[in-house]
Amino acid sequence: MELKEKLLSSYIAFENQNSVVNSFVNELRGEAIKNFEATGFPSKKNENWKYTSLKKVLNEDFSLFPESEHTIEYRDVQPYFIHDIDTYKIVFIDGKYASHLSQTTHEGIDVCLMSSALTQTKYRAVIENYFSKIAPKDNLAALNTAFCNEGAYIHIKKNKVSKRPIQIIHFSTAKESALLLQPRNLIVVDENAHVQVIERHQSLTENPTLTNSVTEIFANKRANIDYYKIQNDKSGASLIDNTFIDQQQESNVAVHTFSFGGKLTRNNLNFHQNGERVESILKGVSIIGQKQHIDHNTLVHHIAPNCESHQDYKGIFSDSAVGVFNGKVVVEKEAQKTNAFQANNNLLVNDKATINTKPQLEIFADDVKCSHGCTIGQLDENAMFYLQTRGIPQKEAKALLMYAFANNVLESVKIPQLKKRINKIIAEKLGVNIGFDL
Amino acid sequence: MSKYTEDDLREELKTKEYEYGFYTDIDSDTFPVGLDESIVRAISKKKNEPEWMTEWRLDAYRIWQKMEEPDWANVNYEKPDFQAISYYSAPSGKPKYDSLDEVDPELLATFKKLGISIGEQKKLSGVAMDVVVDSVSVATTFKKTLSEKGIIFMSISEAIKTHPELVKKYMGTVVPKTDNYYAALNSAVFSDGSFCYIPKGVHCPMELSTYFRINQAGTGQFERTLVIAEAGSYVSYLEGCTAPSRDENQLHAAVVELIAMDDSEIKYSTVQNWYPGNSEGKGGVYNFVTKRGLCEKNAKISWTQVETGSAVTWKYPSCILKGDNSVGEFYSIAVTNNYQQADTGTKMIHLGKNTRSTIISKGISAGKSQNSYRGLVQVSSRADNARNFSQCDSLLMGNKCGAHTFPYIEVKNKTAQIEHEATTSKIGEDQIFYCNQRGIDTEKAIALIVNGFSKDVLNKLPMEFAVEAQKLLEISLEGSVG
Repeated sequence: MELKEKLLSSYIAFENQNSVVNSFVNELRGEAIKNFEATGFPSKKNENWKYTSLKKVLNEDFSLFPESEHTIEYRDVQPYFIHDIDTYKIVFIDGKYASHLSQTTHEGIDVCLMSSALTQTKYRAVIENYFSKIAPKDNLAALNTAFCNEGAYIHIKKNKVSKRPIQIIHFSTAKESALLLQPRNLIVVDENAHVQVIERHQSLTENPTLTNSVTEIFANKRANIDYYKIQNDKSGASLIDNTFIDQQQESNVAVHTFSFGGKLTRNNLNFHQNGERVESILKGVSIIGQKQHIDHNTLVHHIAPNCESHQDYKGIFSDSAVGVFNGKVVVEKEAQKTNAFQANNNLLVNDKATINTKPQLEIFADDVKCSHGCTIGQLDENAMFYLQTRGIPQKEAKALLMYAFANNVLESVKIPQLKKRINKIIAEKLGVNIGFDL
Repeated sequence: MSKYTEDDLREELKTKEYEYGFYTDIDSDTFPVGLDESIVRAISKKKNEPEWMTEWRLDAYRIWQKMEEPDWANVNYEKPDFQAISYYSAPSGKPKYDSLDEVDPELLATFKKLGISIGEQKKLSGVAMDVVVDSVSVATTFKKTLSEKGIIFMSISEAIKTHPELVKKYMGTVVPKTDNYYAALNSAVFSDGSFCYIPKGVHCPMELSTYFRINQAGTGQFERTLVIAEAGSYVSYLEGCTAPSRDENQLHAAVVELIAMDDSEIKYSTVQNWYPGNSEGKGGVYNFVTKRGLCEKNAKISWTQVETGSAVTWKYPSCILKGDNSVGEFYSIAVTNNYQQADTGTKMIHLGKNTRSTIISKGISAGKSQNSYRGLVQVSSRADNARNFSQCDSLLMGNKCGAHTFPYIEVKNKTAQIEHEATTSKIGEDQIFYCNQRGIDTEKAIALIVNGFSKDVLNKLPMEFAVEAQKLLEISLEGSVG
């Protein structure tokens, strides 16, 4: 049975099991499943999916609701945490909340679970105000909405600053068979509030998993959000990450995406600038090899005047890896004095590797400064030679240059411990034993 | 005098009409509307084509029937009804006017500004030709020079009859019948076009077609051009005309194929100034063109285009860099105003080693127009050391128009070096102010700045065209770009 049919037929069972008090959410789900039935999974005919086919990924016989619960001990998964700083943690195992690994709070800020937000009445106002407001109503987002019942719920109230970063970690065990996970996160940051979030998806076995994650982020007036995504999964894991961000005036949102692992990774990152003097930052580093596939699909929608957006994506591709970058900047005619910049730089290390890039500008306002640049090339031979004359072996020299290439993105990571961790992953990925922290 | 502001200009541009209008039809040999196999056969018969050509057309027609009209381009228009078009209309020999005095004086003024000779003016405006006109005698002299060098330059219908072996061998090799909807349609019903063959090692001594413009007029709406440059040869080919064109046909679907053999070079320049529709966006020509060139070893193809006309333009002159060390170039200026829409760009397909390509695209949008650059740079896994540089700049005038870039870059080789950059901006107030300060009025200043913006491309046009194109841009700027 095809996955789509399987999902549709299992919806009723899901609905009976997971009906919530909130009729608003029930209605949304019902509508979403209908929309998914009509639109289905995106195919390569869809311009946004021109270079990424989901066919192979969807072919697995996924179990939709893992039956038995698998417990994991903290010591087994400790390396996946950023453990050297104090953080709030929201941890899920196979889509179910793992309280023994987590640390939530309600002190001035709400760092808790989507399942409680969807069911408890005290969250009702927030849910009705924000839930599913910016996620689109078709394809994968609809599928996620239809089956949503768990994920992270973060609400930072007015003038509050979350002193500790928040880690959201999804583990999948997929012990019996292939597993489909659909986490749903909602992050609301009120006026003048600050938060830092680190998100990670990690499978613990080589069995295939597919994660179709939807995150909605609302940055109200002068809110400040710093979001990091670490994607360094096992080779059987595929991830479709859909993140939608609504920004009100003078807010500042930065999203960093670090993609090193997984079989197929697709990042749909959408910014909607609904207020004046907003700043959006989108940065990413992808280092992949073998038969990995990474696709960054970004949209920055400039709706209000006097806003800025800054995009910087670096890619290093070896073996038969495929890298895709599809960045779109839309400037509406009201959005005068927009300053939008987009850069996509790529290194191809191997002849079998492929890079497809499509930086798009759609501009309807005349008083704007918009530019994009895109390069594809290889390491500078002179630089390589120089390093080697200084006694640095070829492999290490290469790694150093690649690190330097990605450094633009890395240097804007604001959590030092996180940066250290990413440096370590990069060293592992490049097969060298250098601590890049200088 | 009150200050002439950008708003005034915008106002003027809104109200300024395409002054030259359309001529009413004169009696011509026209087929009934609609398209089916019998019409295709009839076109072929009318042109006395050999059997193989008729079959070729029919094959294309059958392919076309199975295809769907593409709608991926960033343009909106009412799709033409293909059964409401007459697919053959031969111009009758009868002139429209007896002397130049009867021609619209505005048009003559434009001709004068563009520096078009009297003989050409007459031909372009449909005036009966005197027996002795400078251009004609010039044309005859050049024809002689060409034939001495072995260059074949004639209409494609003539070539089908006199050089069937060449046409048979090359036609449809670069743009196959199956390529796209409009290419298939063109293959089935093409009315006429040019054929050009440069023998081995011959350097064509003149810019083809400028001098022949007058002789090549009236090729109809489904034009087909085939240019073949044998090993080591060189040709520069000019198409179109800076003069405002008065075409009655709503739909134009042309196909141009260039074949550049080893070490040869083809330079293909186009100036298009078809009727863009009135200021409400009514009428105007749909220009759906497929242009492609094939480069063998060390060959070079260079496309240069100045697009100012047509209501809808859909055009991507491309280079297939098949041979090692081959070079592709694309230089383009696209100006859109009022409700014009242009979706234009290029494709550079790098297949051979050490292939290089350059793309310079300048888009200027004013009024309520939409101007898009759409390009593809593709490097195959065997194309070692491929090099591409692309630059797409857009200039916006007013906040009712749009400028878009859709560059596709697909690279499968690690030695490739690709650079792409795009910018969007408007004419700076300080730039205008500086000019005003120096006693240059705003309109002239804008003309000056736009000319500077387009210079990279204008410089690539052959001398004969460059002067005219520059003037054309200036004329378009008189209220049409502001």
